[in-house]
Amino acid sequence: MPGKLKAKIVAGRHLPVMDRASDLTDAFVEVKFGNTTFKTDVYPKSLNPQWNSEWFKFEVDDEDLQDEPLQITVLDHDTYSANDAIGKVYIDIDPLLSSEAATVISGWFPIYDTIHGIRGEINVLVKVDLFNDLNRFRQSSCGVKFFCTTSIPRCYRAAMVHGFVEELVVNEDPEYQWIDRIRTPRASNEARQRLISLMSGELQRKIGLKVLEMGGNAVVGYLQCFDLEGESGLVVRAIGTACTLEKLSNSSAAAPPACNSPSKDIKESPLAHPPGHGCRSTHSSPVHTASGSRLSQNFSVSVPTLIFTGMRLHRHRSLGETGPEHRPQTVLPGRQCRPPFSEDPNPNTHSSGPSTPLKTQTYSFSPSKSYSRQSSSSDTDLSLTPKTASPPAGPRIFLCPSSPALSTEPPPNHSNSFQLSPGPGTAQRFTPLPLPLSGHQYPPGLRKSVSFSEDLLLAASGMGSGGSAGKEGGPLKTLLRQQTQSALEQRGASSSRIFVRTREFPFFTLTSFPPGFLIHVGGVVSARSVKLLDRIHNPALGNTRSYKLLDWNSFAADEPETRDAWWEEIRQEIKSHARALGCHAVVGYSESTSICEEVCILSASGTAAVLHPKFMQEGCLDGYSDPSRLSRQPATFSAGSEKGEFDIFPQSKDSSAALGLEEPSPPSCGFCHIPYDELNIPFPAHLTYCYHCRRQKVPDVLFTTIDMPAEAAVTGKGCLIQARLCRLKKKAQGEVNATAISNLLPFMEYELHTQLMNKLKLRGMNALFGLRIQISVGENMLVGLASATAVYLTALPTPGGIQIAGKTPSDITYEQHISNMQKKINDTIAKNKELYEVNPPEVIEEVIGSPIPEPRQRSRLFRSHSESSDEVSELDLSHGKKDAFVLEIDDTDAVEDIHSLLTDTPAPAGFYSCNTEIMPGIYNWTSGLQMFTSVRVFRLSNANLTNQGLNKIFNDLCENLLKSLYFKLRSMIPCCLCHLNFTVAVPEDELIQVAVTAVAMTFDKDQAQENWKLGADKTHMKAIVENEEQLQFPLELCTESPSTNPFSPCRGTGLQESANAHATPRAASVDYSSFADRWSSWIELIRLKAQTIRRGSIKTTSSLEKASPLPEGRSRSLRSTRSYAGSTVAVVKMTPLSFIPGTRIIKYLGIINMFFIRETTSLREEGGVSGFLHAFIAEVFAMVRAHVAALGGNAVVSYSMKECVFMENPNKNQAQCLINVSGDAVIFMRESELEATPAPPQTSCSGGEVTT
Amino acid sequence: MSMELDVFVGNTMLLDEEVYKLWLDGYTVGDAVRLRLEGGVLQECEASEEVLHSDTMDQFRTFQMCERFLHCPSKLANQLLFQIPPHRQAMLIERYYMFDSGFARELLGKKLSKGTKKDLDDVSAKTGITLKSCRRQFDNFKRVFKAVEELKGPLVENIQHHFLLSDRLARDYAAVVFFANSRFETGKRKLQYLSFQDFAFCARQLISYWTVGSVDSMLEGMDVDLEKEFLHDLKDLKILITDKDMLDQHKSLVCAALRGKIKVFNEMEGNFKNLSRALVNIAVKLTHTKDVRDLFIDLVEKFIEPCRSDRWAVGDIRLFLTHYTSTAHKLDTFRHLVIWDRYMGVVKSCILKMYHD
Repeated sequence: MPGKLKAKIVAGRHLPVMDRASDLTDAFVEVKFGNTTFKTDVYPKSLNPQWNSEWFKFEVDDEDLQDEPLQITVLDHDTYSANDAIGKVYIDIDPLLSSEAATVISGWFPIYDTIHGIRGEINVLVKVDLFNDLNRFRQSSCGVKFFCTTSIPRCYRAAMVHGFVEELVVNEDPEYQWIDRIRTPRASNEARQRLISLMSGELQRKIGLKVLEMGGNAVVGYLQCFDLEGESGLVVRAIGTACTLEKLSNSSAAAPPACNSPSKDIKESPLAHPPGHGCRSTHSSPVHTASGSRLSQNFSVSVPTLIFTGMRLHRHRSLGETGPEHRPQTVLPGRQCRPPFSEDPNPNTHSSGPSTPLKTQTYSFSPSKSYSRQSSSSDTDLSLTPKTASPPAGPRIFLCPSSPALSTEPPPNHSNSFQLSPGPGTAQRFTPLPLPLSGHQYPPGLRKSVSFSEDLLLAASGMGSGGSAGKEGGPLKTLLRQQTQSALEQRGASSSRIFVRTREFPFFTLTSFPPGFLIHVGGVVSARSVKLLDRIHNPALGNTRSYKLLDWNSFAADEPETRDAWWEEIRQEIKSHARALGCHAVVGYSESTSICEEVCILSASGTAAVLHPKFMQEGCLDGYSDPSRLSRQPATFSAGSEKGEFDIFPQSKDSSAALGLEEPSPPSCGFCHIPYDELNIPFPAHLTYCYHCRRQKVPDVLFTTIDMPAEAAVTGKGCLIQARLCRLKKKAQGEVNATAISNLLPFMEYELHTQLMNKLKLRGMNALFGLRIQISVGENMLVGLASATAVYLTALPTPGGIQIAGKTPSDITYEQHISNMQKKINDTIAKNKELYEVNPPEVIEEVIGSPIPEPRQRSRLFRSHSESSDEVSELDLSHGKKDAFVLEIDDTDAVEDIHSLLTDTPAPAGFYSCNTEIMPGIYNWTSGLQMFTSVRVFRLSNANLTNQGLNKIFNDLCENLLKSLYFKLRSMIPCCLCHLNFTVAVPEDELIQVAVTAVAMTFDKDQAQENWKLGADKTHMKAIVENEEQLQFPLELCTESPSTNPFSPCRGTGLQESANAHATPRAASVDYSSFADRWSSWIELIRLKAQTIRRGSIKTTSSLEKASPLPEGRSRSLRSTRSYAGSTVAVVKMTPLSFIPGTRIIKYLGIINMFFIRETTSLREEGGVSGFLHAFIAEVFAMVRAHVAALGGNAVVSYSMKECVFMENPNKNQAQCLINVSGDAVIFMRESELEATPAPPQTSCSGGEVTT
Repeated sequence: MSMELDVFVGNTMLLDEEVYKLWLDGYTVGDAVRLRLEGGVLQECEASEEVLHSDTMDQFRTFQMCERFLHCPSKLANQLLFQIPPHRQAMLIERYYMFDSGFARELLGKKLSKGTKKDLDDVSAKTGITLKSCRRQFDNFKRVFKAVEELKGPLVENIQHHFLLSDRLARDYAAVVFFANSRFETGKRKLQYLSFQDFAFCARQLISYWTVGSVDSMLEGMDVDLEKEFLHDLKDLKILITDKDMLDQHKSLVCAALRGKIKVFNEMEGNFKNLSRALVNIAVKLTHTKDVRDLFIDLVEKFIEPCRSDRWAVGDIRLFLTHYTSTAHKLDTFRHLVIWDRYMGVVKSCILKMYHD
């Protein structure tokens, strides 16, 4: 499907003076796409040239259209010497490839130079003519829409959610190529920028292909990241959620496309990519078979460990299904798991693996922790379960935070990478097999907790296998030993593995969902892994434009380690964690890395959840796990099960109905209900009956990574809480370093979790949303930062207070000190409750199975304790039970420490803050909007710092940053800082960098509490409508055919699995048309309006230089005589949120994904590092705005700064910075305008010098 | 242990007018923080000095980055680097170009050259305005001057159009440009009592009535220079004092008109010829550039001071000048009435404006 790309260079302005003699410039422009270049004439002696060129036409493949940016270079013509470059503009033409997005790109773009920054502007027009092509074997994926937004985009409806898509592309970093030694910094930077642009284009195209194969038409929650691995290369990776979206206007439900194309596997297809062209994966390729296992070359020195977890499964798969390659994807991973399921009973979970047909791989499972540690420097996993305390029975060692000792044991830690090695072990754990099995018998899994394991093994063992093992009593200990042996086998065996692997992960990058979608939330699941970046250089890499590391075909020993495999492991682990929580899906899923020298920490986290299958493509959830769970429930506790199924829906329906009717009613509480089986709680928890409906059990605390569901009932307002932590570590190299890091991680996770928990209690709240834990590695320290928005969920029990306990009773003053402290804490809690308006209705608590006395009582109890030493022992007891409410203090220092940690200064009056999209408890936003980015770098002194000292510094850094923000934005009061996104990095030895991006939004204070429904913006209403519409369906589903519905029990035996496979699709395919019909005519209306508006807006697009449709405060310009006619830069709003209050997004124009490098050799002259970075960030904003405006948009939503890498060398007066930003370009309209006049508002003022 | 880097960038430029003023006034960050502290910012919002410092630093940096656009205000409107709402843009520009009249008074009539710029430290010391602020104001003068000196058309409008200033400010700039161009002497001791506004008023009079633009259609003329032809024609007024008869006749007419109306009638009568000679001589000499420059000093020395020593009231002066001008029409042989009125109209207003302590 070739296309014709046309570009026209219209004019330039504000060009820099390139000729000192005349103070003028002789500018011309080169337009390049692929290998074709056109030039304009030289426009002599002007700083505002008018080229008005012809249309330059490029006839190209759509594949190239997707990959390549249009590259525009402005130069100064020089008769006698080489022409000087003024700067460049890269234009991503992807938005033009989708029929629904922009039709033309037209506007002023800043001319950007990596050394000088923005140097003038250029006006460009770009169009694309695409020829339709029905070739099925195409490599391109034009037309697939991408959204950064992590919810269903506002003007669409999700007809189907297909599931997780991921891809990763690798190349050599131009900065590290030999040629870099002889080329200029500018050339090097430009090479890098261009390469990354290409790579992200390619990545997007490939993901698009996967989506098409899945039958989707869009990717939502698209998250793309770069890993600058230095010598070992450059990785661009992305994850997202494939969906079939329908324009709201369109009432006909799109039938879910056939999903089972066999090609799904493709993504994993091991196709070797011809180096020359980068890898374009052909999905059709049969190559899969070829894929073998790759060795992990991680620095696994001594250990020959190889394969990973994945293998097992694959094997199974392959065995089970004869033709692995051809296997239709229908095979769900889950299904695969089944077999293991059945085997589950085996004491050795692992054994199940082996038992599978694979003969070769007999790995023993014994992943003893210790063993694993050694071989793979695994660390302990902590379960951050709120009650971190209780280590479950034997098997789950890792869980106990308290037992970090384990981790230390292994003396010779090999690389972490090895973790993989445990692979065999892991494999099993992966094997969803065991886990799923365990479903009913869930082992003590971690639940809200974050389990973190560096190694898969550990993790695996910890979570899944561990759990199951626990039941079965077979802790996996042994397996590691066999690793070596197995390695070989695996290789052989692994070939089949690919297939299996293909099974998707039931992950969703979305953080908020249509009502009814989210049924239950289990808790946070996370996994980390420490890897050594391999130092082996693959010479072949140099030639390839881009190269996918995962090259399954080659088994060459020096093949580079595959990042794909790394992520695969992590994801498997996450998946297993989710299962342990009785959940079949992970929502709010994200991945990140932190790299320092050759050590890389990979992290992934998400929220285990049970989703409504109605929206899903069959197979994108762990199909059977859900059924199994439900089905099981009946089995396990007969009474409960029914309720389990029915309750949920009626309930939600209630709430929705309530909303619709505008009763002041309680929104639903269903998502808080535990998804796991009460009798087999994966971890110790205090369950109570839901405070809202009283019918289902809820945990006492809930941690999640998602946004709070709109329909959830909260009491009071929420607030941002952060846990901050620094840990020193010795400088080291290679494995030693990786080991050290691995060993530290569990402690950090544990401590962060403890801090979060304490701070949560301190605010009298009981749930966290948007939890994001970041651990960054530096040469001599690790920095951890966890942020979340705390709320009081009405459905959950009232949190108890915090009790302080002295470990060893001593003198009286000490006691007093403690009681003072206690008093302060109690006061703070009281104050906070008032501040956040947390006044839960008094309810009689029914504590179920909680070993802890009722909070209020307890507090009384403890207070007395602190006075008598006798009772202290009791305290200890309770501490021994790991009651999270008790803080134990060893010495006075620790007291201060804790105290200071607990007393974050609250936001000043009039300010609220949260890191989720909106603040729970605030509903009436007004239009004030200020997006900002703030970056700070703190230099530590050389003095020997202790961990405490470091913590204090880091804590102050974050606190001060927040205070600064409050101060700066004080003019917006009352306002809320939303989506506060902190990023920490340790760029150098003694530097800590913190970057924040957020938006300050004003709201109407008076109405803040009452009648939010009335005051709420229309979107809210809309949500409610949807609510109604959508919920009916689920209702029917449940009531009508409980027996045939997807939940139907399929207990896991291999045979049943297949049956299940059939069943599921049926359920999933429940007809949507009827559902779609329900869309009210109201929606039609919207659509009509939207359409009109769109037409108007397009006009705007084409006439450049329009004043913004709604210039703010224009009326206030000083004098009418003054002409601002010239001031015609369109106003572009930016926000990290997915919406703009008081407005409706009427069109999505495409994704913005930009990468810039800026470098200077005159740092001092540019105002030092601050001046340099300040200018750069402002330039990045400017370029984003310009691109959006050129697409015809007036806002960027879901904006984020993914990367901000800053390096300086003050001695040389140099600095360099890399920034990656992304977001969705949109057109929005004010609600008022929408209602009043659907007329095109945008055409507005003239002044366009250039028009089409 | 220090903050190595500290940056805050908003999508829409965030600025605090108070801080902007401090920046314009040329304070260092440290001083600005101190002043803000004294101003009580912290009381209205809980924050530490550290926070204040960071905020000030940040805004100063923003202003600095913005400065190059302010040099060419029309660029500010279509630059892409900062997103600034239009009313904010107007405010930024207006404030940036605002100047201290004390400073302007010092610079009035001086050549806007490098030499002058070097002497700004003296001005700074004298006026108490920071050197940095003096430099900015000087550069503004010079920039405006350069931009409009060669332009045709009404000076005020030219300035307004190029720099997007308010009417009032544009008029003041017109005065500055006009004085700088004609290099009127304003620094003499005897002129020290005159304020910038006095001169600005006079400048407006001169611009309105004595320049090319004042007679020609507005589009054609150049507002910056006095009309050469007019100045040349002023020579013809000499007859008023050289012709004895005419002088006597003029005197008697004026005396007749003023008798009983002014308190200083006697002094006036006694001094009439000197006063008349002074005014006419000033007119006659205006053909020489040097004497043009001395216009104001001459007015003071030759007319205002004598009157002041005789304790004329302003009203007396007004009456005198009014009748002095009008009675010339009754002189039979005096034919240069147009020139005379044009000359006296301006001189009268200027003298009235300048006649104070």
